[in-house]
Amino acid sequence: MTTATTTVPAPPATTAGGRAGPGRRQALLRWGFVAPAVLYMLAFFGYPLVRNLTMSFQSYTPRTYFTGEAPFNGFENWRGVFDNPLFTNSLWHTLVFTAGSLLGQFTIGLALAVFFSRRFPLSGVVRAVLLLPWLVPMVVSAVVWRKLLDQDTGVLNSALTGLHLVSSPVPWLSSTGVALAATVLVNIWIGIPFNMVILYGGLQEIPRELYEAGALDGAGAWRTFRSITLPLLRPVVTVVLILGFMSTVKILDLILALTGGGPADSTQTLGTVTYQLSFQQMNFGQGAVVGNVLILVSAVFAVLYLRANRSDFGQGK
Amino acid sequence: MQTARRRPPAPAALLTAAALVAVTGLTGCAAEPDPGVITVLNSATDIEHAQEQEFYDRCARRIGVKVRQISVPADQVAAKALRMASSHSLTDILDLDGSELPQFAATGGLVPLEEAGVAVTGMSAAAGTLGSYRGTQYGIARSVNSLALFYNADVLREAGVEPPTTWAELKATAKKLTRGSRYGMAFSATPNADGVYQFLPFFWSAGGDESRLDDGKGAPALRLWKDLVDQKSASGAVVTWNQQDIAEQFIGGRAAMMVNGPWNVPVLNEHKDLNWAVAPIPVPEAGRPPVPPIGGTVMTVPRTGDEDRQRTAAKIINCLNERRNQVDWGESRNNVPTRTSAAAEYTAKNPKLAAFAEEVETARSRTDRVGERWPVVSDALASAFQSVLTGRARPEAALAQAQAQAAADE
Repeated sequence: MTTATTTVPAPPATTAGGRAGPGRRQALLRWGFVAPAVLYMLAFFGYPLVRNLTMSFQSYTPRTYFTGEAPFNGFENWRGVFDNPLFTNSLWHTLVFTAGSLLGQFTIGLALAVFFSRRFPLSGVVRAVLLLPWLVPMVVSAVVWRKLLDQDTGVLNSALTGLHLVSSPVPWLSSTGVALAATVLVNIWIGIPFNMVILYGGLQEIPRELYEAGALDGAGAWRTFRSITLPLLRPVVTVVLILGFMSTVKILDLILALTGGGPADSTQTLGTVTYQLSFQQMNFGQGAVVGNVLILVSAVFAVLYLRANRSDFGQGK
Repeated sequence: MQTARRRPPAPAALLTAAALVAVTGLTGCAAEPDPGVITVLNSATDIEHAQEQEFYDRCARRIGVKVRQISVPADQVAAKALRMASSHSLTDILDLDGSELPQFAATGGLVPLEEAGVAVTGMSAAAGTLGSYRGTQYGIARSVNSLALFYNADVLREAGVEPPTTWAELKATAKKLTRGSRYGMAFSATPNADGVYQFLPFFWSAGGDESRLDDGKGAPALRLWKDLVDQKSASGAVVTWNQQDIAEQFIGGRAAMMVNGPWNVPVLNEHKDLNWAVAPIPVPEAGRPPVPPIGGTVMTVPRTGDEDRQRTAAKIINCLNERRNQVDWGESRNNVPTRTSAAAEYTAKNPKLAAFAEEVETARSRTDRVGERWPVVSDALASAFQSVLTGRARPEAALAQAQAQAAADE
């Protein structure tokens, strides 16, 4: 290490005398360190991204896999997708699903995080139990929820009718009006642990003295939450919401296992439409179009995320 | 200078290393196939995989080769086969679902059976259409399944009714059998292959045409399903129940009758106290034959460019379709053999499943009219019955919408 540092000041002299030298070598070395990451990004993010974009302008069918031919067809795929009422509906469903899920997950997650930030007997155990939904594979949760939500034999309806909360069984997954709300409900259940854990971590970072000072100034619980907890938690909140957004907007597995996009396409999202177009109808071109829309939506939020990160962390706020 | 020499390699060296890794990785994929081993891609489950292997071994031994199966879940066979095709590593035999055959045949990647040397004489007409695309046969089914009406014989006897044969009888019987938490009838109306498969016997028996969904003939089938749900003889949850779910409802005594296929026989037989029987699917009017769909997988020979291997694959397929093997295979799967002589022997041995054998004679393949457009038509049909059952659209309007949806892609 010491030899390395002592040689570093040397380059200026050599560069002054010759043309190429350790200076250029240094630049190369820096690139050498960056190269693996760049190569990885190019191979696993850049290539698929560009491929998906070009695919959306091609007539890409099963035949392509055998012949390797995928003729360009201009905006035909894009027109086909944008003329399809299913696409507009699914865009709307995705929006409702994402907004509803985030609102529910975040509110309940935050409430639980605040609750568990006070120490009480067994709080650790209960918090660990609350993490369980996060550990269960999404498809497994969905299959179990499908049983729980069954109109005739589901536990939820038995409980609700038993408690006389509803007069007739709720058609959770079999009515076009309720199914989307039911999928949101399940997704909230799945997302609570993630929100809770991250927000709980954020809460631990807030210095205790601030609360003591607040208490001395006579601040009540709500005032303390609004004036101390929330402002100091802001960076964590942005992270949670934006990461939550990006994992929710692309939802596929949960919906496929829960409703399959039904009834009557009332739970079709951008994710399920891409799946249907690409892997059921084998219309890979149109599937790529919907995929691109999904990428674009995520990209907008990724930029927002980076900006929020810069302003929140960069300035040491 | 000493230290400088010890510095890590420059980007050029890194790039070369990365390229080397990539190249060796790629060549690894395109390894030469083992000449003594014929490969098969199919959708066998673990138990089926072992069963299949016995049949393959039986035939491969005779030819002096070995057979290796690659089994993936049913809904992933097509995607897997496409990936293999693009890397020129397709198996020698591709065991596809019949409804997926046209899309593969249309690519030109399958060898017509006649050219490959697979004998197709002596098979039922329905089996022929299941494996055909535009008049050429590319796939051969060893056995086919269909749908029929399963009923709980004890419940029907108690109520003093016979299994229904017409739609009017179906509605009346279902109503009569509905009591307490038990529905008279169960069917699957999920927005996927299950629901569409179940809708077709009603749609086709009514005279519906999947290439012209809006010709008005299929609407009564939608009305029948809607009526069954509206009169509470079937649960509104049918839009979420797949075929396995309704079998569970039937076994659990929550449905007196159900539409389902012969693959349920093993699980039904596990319940000794369940006295089940099978009748043909009820038809709109007495005297008309039911037109159920036939399903099952078809064996195809992909163009791998190696004619020797193609010939060996054809020999194995021919052996699997000999009368003896077809009967054994049909019995192991409770499916009807496609060779007419084998089907007769099978029916004689399995009178309980005679309804299926009888129906297969008038059954149709999902793709014989619309070919590779079937997946689009299937999605359109699913939207139609789902919107009718959930009360979003009237039958005629739903079918008009479905036709628009199916035609948008033409």
